[in-house]
Amino acid sequence: MSDVVLETRGLVKHFKTRAGAVRAVDGVDLQLRRGETLGVVGESGCGKSTLAKLLVGLEKPSGGEIRVRGDNMARLRGSSLRRARRNIQMVMQDPYTSLNPRMTVGDIIGEPYDIHPDAVPQHGKQRAVQELLDLVGLNPDHINRYPHQFSGGQRQRIGIARALALRPEIIVCDEPVSALDVSIQAQVINLLEGLQRRLGLSYVFIAHDLSVVRHISDRVAVMYLGKIVEYGNQVAIYDQPTHPYTQALLSAVPVPDPRLRGRRDHIMLSGDVPSPADPPSGCRFRTRCWKAQPGCAEHEPLLQIRERSPHPSACHFAEIRDVMRRF
Amino acid sequence: MTDITAQMDAVPGIDPRAPLLDVRDLRVEFRTREGVARAVNGVTLRLHPGETLAVLGESGCGKSVTAQAIMGILDTPPAHVTGGQVLYRGVDLLRLPENDRRKVRANRIAMIFQDALSALNPVYTVGFQLGELFRVHRGMSRGDAKRRAVELLDQVRIPDAKRRVNDYPHEFSGGMRQRVMIAMALALDPEVLIADEPTTALDVTVQAQIMGLLAELQRERNMGLMLITHDMGVVADVADRIAVMYAGQVVEEAPVYDIYARPAHAYTKALLESIPRLDLKGRQLNVIRGLPPALTDIPRGCAFHPRCAYAREICGIEPPPAYQIAPQRIASCHFVREVLGV
Repeated sequence: MSDVVLETRGLVKHFKTRAGAVRAVDGVDLQLRRGETLGVVGESGCGKSTLAKLLVGLEKPSGGEIRVRGDNMARLRGSSLRRARRNIQMVMQDPYTSLNPRMTVGDIIGEPYDIHPDAVPQHGKQRAVQELLDLVGLNPDHINRYPHQFSGGQRQRIGIARALALRPEIIVCDEPVSALDVSIQAQVINLLEGLQRRLGLSYVFIAHDLSVVRHISDRVAVMYLGKIVEYGNQVAIYDQPTHPYTQALLSAVPVPDPRLRGRRDHIMLSGDVPSPADPPSGCRFRTRCWKAQPGCAEHEPLLQIRERSPHPSACHFAEIRDVMRRF
Repeated sequence: MTDITAQMDAVPGIDPRAPLLDVRDLRVEFRTREGVARAVNGVTLRLHPGETLAVLGESGCGKSVTAQAIMGILDTPPAHVTGGQVLYRGVDLLRLPENDRRKVRANRIAMIFQDALSALNPVYTVGFQLGELFRVHRGMSRGDAKRRAVELLDQVRIPDAKRRVNDYPHEFSGGMRQRVMIAMALALDPEVLIADEPTTALDVTVQAQIMGLLAELQRERNMGLMLITHDMGVVADVADRIAVMYAGQVVEEAPVYDIYARPAHAYTKALLESIPRLDLKGRQLNVIRGLPPALTDIPRGCAFHPRCAYAREICGIEPPPAYQIAPQRIASCHFVREVLGV
């Protein structure tokens, strides 16, 4: 398919520790198409932030491959690697620590041009930075201000402007709104959606907030302990989930409507997520799963379309359960 | 033993028939080099036994400072309680000598915090920290205190409590640590529990477990629960009544069903329209323009007027009065009727 801008195949990242290898990302296959938003959801420790770092080249994969527009990133060298990296940029979670407090906003947004001098637009760096500020809804005259002179939401706009500087096709957003207040979140989400329409961007949108992911995503991947357990468009994931973990996750999200109290399907999971240094054998979710059978400990379920799951689901007993239904 | 308890923790003037918690016109300011930050500007709240009151607002709205002022754990300086009353069963806690106030804390009114890891002492086992409450407040021996600690861990459903009582806070997961905090808060059977963002740092599946546990314990003990939060989803699930705060004031107060169905304050309404919802897709998010005000420089008139879609000239001049729009419903907005659509 020619409209796939980013693809991973069997992507793996293991971190060596004294306690053994932490299998943060353990065989992830993803495809991102032009102009779409792929949401990645999961709880802490599921490997979603490591996945983000792998995609932008901040971590080196232990196995598998990342293809940007068909080019295997691991095979590229020199100027072709730099050009490929330019095409995939990142917006970080914490707008307070991801901006250098000693640099002006102009220097922060313009820094990508220092690293990629051949990407500086014709009319010069200063103008380019001011246009970027304007694009993300900040005052271009504030180019010489420092990060502390901006609010959290404005800082996240600075982070977005920095990610846009090299005119990438792909932006990886790692929890871009989770540090922001509710009334500010909507401003940043609307900005990201507007930029996508205007510039034809593709987003990988990583978040723990399932409501935000539903709002912004075309397709969604649900991660658990380093693996994708369910993958589909937002209707498939939210209205027809087939993996027990997705179902439990959705049923646990509070919905701001008190009339649904006691009228929703509540699946209470017992216990905590096991350590990724020592994941359960077979299906990794089986230790918390109410459907688990002895076979689940032996045979690892593959992420695939199944008899009762019209979209890929990594469960031997995948079956649609509409947990959003109101009773 | 009950006699000793009564003597140790008796607070003079308590009237069991008086309202459980009655906060009247509370005012707190922080005196800093940058100026006076008026964090709480006349907050009035009531909490009844068995009831869950959610205090809802964004960062800097004064919800946590209100809770800390009720608990009496604000650092002075820089914080100064400059006015109002905090009546617990008829006794104004703000006028109580520190000695008596200590007896109220933990015994009568307890609190849990967002970040259990920093609220627990890392160099003592959880058993020691839990037991300390019984030794100090109840005069128990070490052995008895430890036995009570195990019982408590059991009550908050920590598996294998007998063994875990000897573990240190860092050996617990986030959710288990929050359970330890809850155990500690409930140790002395308080009548009021203040929970300040108790699940904000937790994953959703763990959040569901903790909120379920809190609701269960509250029912068993008929406690009044004051839930401080920014999460409108959690509030919809558990609260009986809601007080919405903005710039140090309660701008709207209402029973939970009413406020979600028909918000009466422009801020509440805008907030509800700005959140993405799990059960609704493709809705354009409404944006509240601008930023919450700096507490050193709160706008004149209605503090929300610079960001408000309903604002007219009067909003920048006159602070809106608290309109009683129905029994139990109060909203401080000049254009309550327009917001309600009547």
